[in-house]
Amino acid sequence: MLQATSRATAANAVEPSGPRPRSVTAGRVGLYVFLAFAALFFLLPMYVMIVTSLKTMGEIRIGNIFSLPTEATIEPWIQAWNSACTGLNCGGIKVGFWNSVRILIPSVILSIFIGALTGYALSLWRVRGANLLFAVLLLGAFLPYQVFIYPLVRIYSTIGIYGTMTGIVVTHIIFGLPLMTLLFRNYYASLPIELFKAARVDGGGFFQIFFRLMLPMSTPIVIVACILQVTGIWNDFLFGVIFAGRENLPMTVQLNNIVNSTQGEKLYNVNMAATILTALVPLVVYFISGRWFVRGIAAGAVKG
Amino acid sequence: MATVSIRDLEIEFGNLKVLRNLDLEIEQGEFIVLLGPSGCGKSTLLNAVAGLLDVSAGQIWIGGKNVTWEEPKDRGIGMVFQSYALYPRMTVTGNLSFGLQMAKTPKAEIEKRVARAAEILQIQPLLNRRPAELSGGQRQRVAIGRALVRDVDVFLFDEPLSNLDAKLRTELRVELKRLHQGLGSTMIYVTHDQIEALTLADRIAVMNGGVIQQLASPKEIYRRPLNRFVAGFVGSPSMNFIDGTLAIEEGRAAFALKDGTRIDLTGYEFDARPEHGRPATLGIRPEQIDLEKREAESSTLPVNLTLMEPMGADSLVWGDVAGTQFSVRIDGDAHVDTPSSVDAWFQPAQASVFDLATGARL
Repeated sequence: MLQATSRATAANAVEPSGPRPRSVTAGRVGLYVFLAFAALFFLLPMYVMIVTSLKTMGEIRIGNIFSLPTEATIEPWIQAWNSACTGLNCGGIKVGFWNSVRILIPSVILSIFIGALTGYALSLWRVRGANLLFAVLLLGAFLPYQVFIYPLVRIYSTIGIYGTMTGIVVTHIIFGLPLMTLLFRNYYASLPIELFKAARVDGGGFFQIFFRLMLPMSTPIVIVACILQVTGIWNDFLFGVIFAGRENLPMTVQLNNIVNSTQGEKLYNVNMAATILTALVPLVVYFISGRWFVRGIAAGAVKG
Repeated sequence: MATVSIRDLEIEFGNLKVLRNLDLEIEQGEFIVLLGPSGCGKSTLLNAVAGLLDVSAGQIWIGGKNVTWEEPKDRGIGMVFQSYALYPRMTVTGNLSFGLQMAKTPKAEIEKRVARAAEILQIQPLLNRRPAELSGGQRQRVAIGRALVRDVDVFLFDEPLSNLDAKLRTELRVELKRLHQGLGSTMIYVTHDQIEALTLADRIAVMNGGVIQQLASPKEIYRRPLNRFVAGFVGSPSMNFIDGTLAIEEGRAAFALKDGTRIDLTGYEFDARPEHGRPATLGIRPEQIDLEKREAESSTLPVNLTLMEPMGADSLVWGDVAGTQFSVRIDGDAHVDTPSSVDAWFQPAQASVFDLATGARL
């Protein structure tokens, strides 16, 4: 006993008191070195894109893709935004940008609203067969989208919304519903049930409780839903190319058309600029709300 | 103010019957406490009265009206929850007026009623705060106020004090009693805390396994428990139970312990004629036992004392009687030697005798 104590004192040399001293181990250093390299590796394409978009075509032809531009120019960016050509139209990618915005706003608002409403109904009101309904809805989230496309095209053309703004918005709402419902159902199920009971004793009806009590409490989950829906809908290509119609093609589809339309020389700098412009919206969303973004991914995991 | 009448009520969750053939008549202005261990169905019963649960069979009447199928808001009830359940995004005023707004009460009337409730509960300085900025006691006051502003006939309390610390609980308990005296409303109060039950109730309904075991005044519940469950659940520390058999000799009732010791039961009022040799349990509360003096009609009981637990005003002495654990409550200043074997005295008229098999009072 005495021996053990004296040995411990010898090893520490100092009497332990106050905050424990932090020690940097080799493992820690290795971990940070690895993380730094990993970050550099993933940042490399971004670097190449930015650098290339600022070069003139003459400089690009030389072929040093990693070198910094000798004379930086923002001409490719202006060209990409204003006058890049997709086939015969040379209006730039701004047409697609505004189309995407016009698709995004109603799709995000409506899909979140409807998802919140169904999630609220499924979690707090004991709807008959609520669990079965929810299971069917979840199944929808796991079936591949491609299965639905042909039937949807037929249905839309029958009711006359195929190739219209309404068509693409409705599509985004339908396909956003399973995830949105799951998100809100789990959120509302985690709230204390007494809150809902108290509101019912106080005489609140279905919509009164939803609008006056539940929706004001939903800010965190609405932010998460917004992030998921904005990035999801903005990045969508498939639905846009099929359902939006020639007039309303979203930015992603237009970017593809710009990059793939070959008329003489490939304008790499313009293509790069157009690509960055298209990716900008999800990127901004991600940078503003990194913390929430992670929470959004975690919330997507099934619980309850 | 209204009567509440529960008739032949049955509630089941899936295959589990939580309440069975339950009848309960509550008089106008009465303070009823539903007391029982967790899972006994007391909260379920309260939720059913509130209309938050569908009943499987039976009826609920409030104020002479059959409300079995009515919505909660149409039953004339207000409810206070253990977790307060205040609306977090509204101020205290918003919380208090929510129900009135739902009922489309005129604005001037809402202001009047909120002001009155705030005055009764002394929460005027808090009216513009959010629930997050209130302490536990203040939150519960607001929750009570939410029922108060609606001028309800029946107040339902679901363990309202369980989330508060001991001191606040005692304070609010007194306030609740005062509130009941002032309003004269019918109140149904669910708790597992027997002190709350004994102090607040006009009548206590002790529940177990979805059945009301005894419905009586606190005094009656404490003095004359109808069965062993009620006897054991009410009272802290719990009643001492000693198993043995009844012995009738020359018309005098006695209780025979396993080791053959006879305890005289003269003075105990049997509900039915006792039979000789019937297996039974003798129940004596720790505070009904004396170690020192002997009263005229006392019986004696040999006790081994092993441990003393001082609790301030009084002390608890632990030991055993014929191998069964036993406790005696004595004055805080008194002292006993442990371990020791002494004779203890009790008055058979205060004790309880239960059938060993059924647990019913004999």
